[in-house]
Amino acid sequence: MTLVPINLTVNGERHAVAVEARKLLSDVLREDLHLTGTHVGCEHGACGACTVLLDGQAVRSCLLFAIQLDRSEITTVEGLAGGDGTLNRFQAAMQECHGLQCGFCTPGVVVSMTAYLADHDQPDDEDLRVALSGNLCRCTGYQGIVNAARLSSRGAAVAGGRPGSGPTA
Amino acid sequence: MKPRAFQYHAPESVGEAVGLLEAHGDDAKVLAGGQSLVPMLNLRLTSFEHLVDLNRIAGLGTIERSSGTVRVGAVVRQAAAERSPDVAVGAPLLARALPHIGHFQIRNRGTVGGSIAHADPASELPAVALALDATLEVSGPAGVRIIAADEFFLSTWETAIGDGEILISVDFPSWGGRCGFAVEEIARRHGDFALAGAAVGVGLDEDLRVVRCAIGLFGVGSTPVRAHDAEVALTGGASIGEAAALAAADIDPPGDVHATAMYRKEVAAVVVRRALAAAIEEACL
Ligand SMILES: Cc1cc2nc3c(=O)[nH]c(=O)nc-3n(C[C@H](O)[C@H](O)[C@H](O)COP(=O)(O)OP(=O)(O)OC[C@H]3O[C@@H](n4cnc5c(N)ncnc54)[C@H](O)[C@@H]3O)c2cc1C
Ligand code: FES
Ligand code: FES
Repeated sequence: MTLVPINLTVNGERHAVAVEARKLLSDVLREDLHLTGTHVGCEHGACGACTVLLDGQAVRSCLLFAIQLDRSEITTVEGLAGGDGTLNRFQAAMQECHGLQCGFCTPGVVVSMTAYLADHDQPDDEDLRVALSGNLCRCTGYQGIVNAARLSSRGAAVAGGRPGSGPTA
Repeated sequence: MKPRAFQYHAPESVGEAVGLLEAHGDDAKVLAGGQSLVPMLNLRLTSFEHLVDLNRIAGLGTIERSSGTVRVGAVVRQAAAERSPDVAVGAPLLARALPHIGHFQIRNRGTVGGSIAHADPASELPAVALALDATLEVSGPAGVRIIAADEFFLSTWETAIGDGEILISVDFPSWGGRCGFAVEEIARRHGDFALAGAAVGVGLDEDLRVVRCAIGLFGVGSTPVRAHDAEVALTGGASIGEAAALAAADIDPPGDVHATAMYRKEVAAVVVRRALAAAIEEACL
């Protein structure tokens, strides 16, 4: 087994790790860096639970070999909230709208939608549902997640949510 | 599951990559966006002793528009092509097809060249390349070859890319005059591979008669399929419905757990009809 040294900046912190060529980014994050917020569901790109930001873009960490990413910047779900623990806008909306139950899919949903909403100004409901199609949730039936996306993208009240109490963080 | 162990190579030039492929023969495989290859490695449906990563080769990631074509480098990300004004203007059919691929997270990494080289018959971009009569540039031990799209797709996951060769770029011809383009597909869930789909272009004359037509079908056989008879019929004055029926009559789609062969034939007629109607409407604007 040959280990190759690489440098990764994860959530703003530099890490030097030695990896086998076949080691997936998802496994390096979880096993070497102990960042277990990144979940692993399917390992073939379908479920979205492992989604992280690579140089700002949402990607599947189960479909990347860490060895490909020397000197790259990664953001995981652990890196989305402010240093003092203040949730980002979408995270706060997920809490507000009950967008999670067991929480398995949640890191992927939160990372994906944080990236999507940063890039898209006025998505309508159809846009939001299409954007969420890459994240499977087996618990919620998606309504709470769609509501959270709508709330954080438009700051608008949603059916089933509590009007007027939306987060502004 | 985890992939079998392999040796990783990150060449910085096409020549170096070709050299690696030549040296390791069938034991080596090209890695582009990894959105098709890595799932297969993770599931151990396949394995290779050497992976040759194209992502560090300079010059394979550019989009260039000239008067007659848009040239897309092999490792241009699907998401980058989707956002490119050159693609939107010069190859609108490609622009329409890209959002149908998987999900935005997949397109952030998946490449245009990878999708075409992978040649899944249910994927969108091979049908676009076929419909537009794209030409593909490959580079290998014997130098550079240009392959026409209609000679490129040989069977499921099988192309005219030879031993030691790498797809370098794809030229998508631009259409002039009054024209319209559309991609229609039906899939079980958003982002799934289509049960059947159609990528079409039409050109109209001054009197809004269809004088040019290209129909590429996907999900209906072991390769993308060009619906020649339907194209000829439409430019010869047939109705959209007649052309759609002809396109479906010619195909012999597979039946599987997602849909029977007969259902796919029905779906093919529906997507061709919808795509032609949308393309003609756009051309009339
Ligand atoms: C969840 C999910 C959903 C998807 N949905 C769709 C969909 O709806 N439609 C669709 O079309 N695709 C879909 N895909 C596949 C996606 O489009 C892939 O990106 C694409 O098929 C392969 O491109 P890649 O760059 O990822 O190539 P890779 O996975 O890196 O490579 C694929 C194959 O092509 C070969 N190859 C790649 N580049 C070259 C080159 N330049 N020269 C020679 N050989 C090369 C590789 O050796 C390998 O055999 C989906 C993928 C996932 C994970
Ligand atoms: S674990 Fe990566 S997409 Fe499911
Ligand atoms: S909350 Fe359980 S899978 Fe989404």
